[in-house]
Amino acid sequence: MDILIRIQTEPFDAAAVLERFAAGAVVSFIGRVRAEPGLQALRLEHYPGMTEAEIERAVAEAGQRWPLTGAAILHRVGELKPGEPIVLVAAAAEHRHEAFAACEFLIDHLKTKAPFWKEERLVSGSHWVDAKASDDDAAARWG
Amino acid sequence: MRLLYFASVRQKLGWGEETLALPGDVTTVGALAAFLAARGPSYAAVFTDLRPLRAAVNQTHARFEDPVGDGDEVAFFPPVTGG
Repeated sequence: MDILIRIQTEPFDAAAVLERFAAGAVVSFIGRVRAEPGLQALRLEHYPGMTEAEIERAVAEAGQRWPLTGAAILHRVGELKPGEPIVLVAAAAEHRHEAFAACEFLIDHLKTKAPFWKEERLVSGSHWVDAKASDDDAAARWG
Repeated sequence: MRLLYFASVRQKLGWGEETLALPGDVTTVGALAAFLAARGPSYAAVFTDLRPLRAAVNQTHARFEDPVGDGDEVAFFPPVTGG
């Protein structure tokens, strides 16, 4: 499997990442900072070392579940403005069902297991974003 | 032992990393949290109620009943919010 995992502060070139996969089916997900009233920026902190290890574990598990030929996870850290991309997840397989399922599995795993934390910078001050039970429920579907 | 703190845990304690000579009777993640809770008001604020706290041992998610040793890297942090 062709695997690309990157944690970076700079923006990513999604088209260039997707072009590396020659598979019959490539499914990708891009998550962006939502433009919410009063939000000036999002600051993302992570646990260097464990982040990469946790994402590698997720990709390995996805590879066990579906016949993937490639996977890419690029996640940004540092300060991001509303509208900026945060994360790119891509899964490549010969057929679309496997690629769709693996992409969804990877983003669900990323949201509940990869050690990243978001802090919102608002006009009124800063606060840490709370984890969502709905994300845990989404990840629990995969057993 | 190397201790790491992230996000709101780091902010409440005032630092992100420290080294600790692990007492011999502290053998689990939960016992380590209880030991840390007794170190002062900022530690008590983080380590008394374990429900909003998560932990990792040697960069792998851990439960409070999991074992720890003096050579381990242990991290404490709130539930993750990436993606």
